[in-house]
Amino acid sequence: MSQTRSDRLNAMMASVPYMRFLGMSAELAGDEMTAILPFAPHLVGNVMLPALHGGVLGAFLEMTALAQLSVREPQRRMPKTIDVTIEYLRPGRALTTYARADVRKLGRRIANVHVEAWQENRASPVAALRGHFMLSSEG
Amino acid sequence: MDDTQIDLQVLANAMTQGTPQSAALGFEFVSVEPCVGVLKVNWREDLVGDPDTGVIAGGVITTLLDHVSGLAVKAAKVDFNGTATLDLRIDYMRPAQPRRAIFGRAHCYKVTRSIAFVRASAYEDDPDDPIATAQGAFVLTGAPSGVSTQGAAKAAKP
Repeated sequence: MSQTRSDRLNAMMASVPYMRFLGMSAELAGDEMTAILPFAPHLVGNVMLPALHGGVLGAFLEMTALAQLSVREPQRRMPKTIDVTIEYLRPGRALTTYARADVRKLGRRIANVHVEAWQENRASPVAALRGHFMLSSEG
Repeated sequence: MDDTQIDLQVLANAMTQGTPQSAALGFEFVSVEPCVGVLKVNWREDLVGDPDTGVIAGGVITTLLDHVSGLAVKAAKVDFNGTATLDLRIDYMRPAQPRRAIFGRAHCYKVTRSIAFVRASAYEDDPDDPIATAQGAFVLTGAPSGVSTQGAAKAAKP
C-alpha cells in the first residue's frame, strides 16, 4: 500500500520538469511526506552569505504543498495555486532543506495547506507558507 | 556612457547573471526607473510545472516576483547593501500561457529606515491582465554608507 503510494508520488514528482530543475525529492512515512531540497549552487540568491534565493524557498514550499495534495488525492489532476503567503524566518543556508505540509482543510474544490521548511533544526524553521489550492474536478 | 548608464548596467548584470538562481532561470533585464523595475523570463521546457498543459511552474513566477521586487527596492533607494524578503503574498489570477515569455514588474511604493514595501505583477503582454499579483515586505540589510552608520554611532552613545 505505502509502496504504491510512494511509487505514485515519485512518478508525479518525476513528471514535473520544474521539480527536477529544483532537484527536490520526497520521502513518505505512511501518508506523511517530507520533501527534500539538497543544496545546489544554482539555487543561490545571495552569493555573499551564501543563501538560497527567497523565490526558491517559496517555490519549494509551494511544490511541497502540491506534492502532499497529490498524496492525499492521488486520482486528481495537479491542483492549481490560488494564493500563497510566504514568511521568511531565517536565511536559507547552503544546506539541505526539508519541508512538511499540513493539509488544514480539504474541501470539495479548495484545499488550505500550511507548509514549513527547516534545515538542521526542525524547531528553527527557515520559511513557512500558507496557501489555497483549487482542486481539479476531473478524475 | 555616463555614470548613470554604467550604474544601470552594473545593476542589470547583478540582477540577472550575477545571481546564480536568476541566471539558472534565464532572467533578463528589461528596464529600471525610480522605484520601478521590470524583468523577463522566457518559457522553457524544464521550468514547466504542469506537464499536461505546459504551463510554467508557479515557483518560477514566485522567484521572478521576489527578484524583481528586489530590483524595485534598489531602484527606490540605492544606499544600502541588500534586501532580505520578510514576506511575500502572491495571488494567481490565471494560468500563464504556455511557450510565452513572462514579464515581472515591481513598484516599491514605500521605504522606511529598515523596511521596503513592494507591489508586483506578472503578465505576458498586458500589465492590466496579470497572471499573478504580489505584495511583499523587504528588510534592508547592511548599514547604508554614510548616513545610517552615523545614525548608528549616535544611537550607541546616548
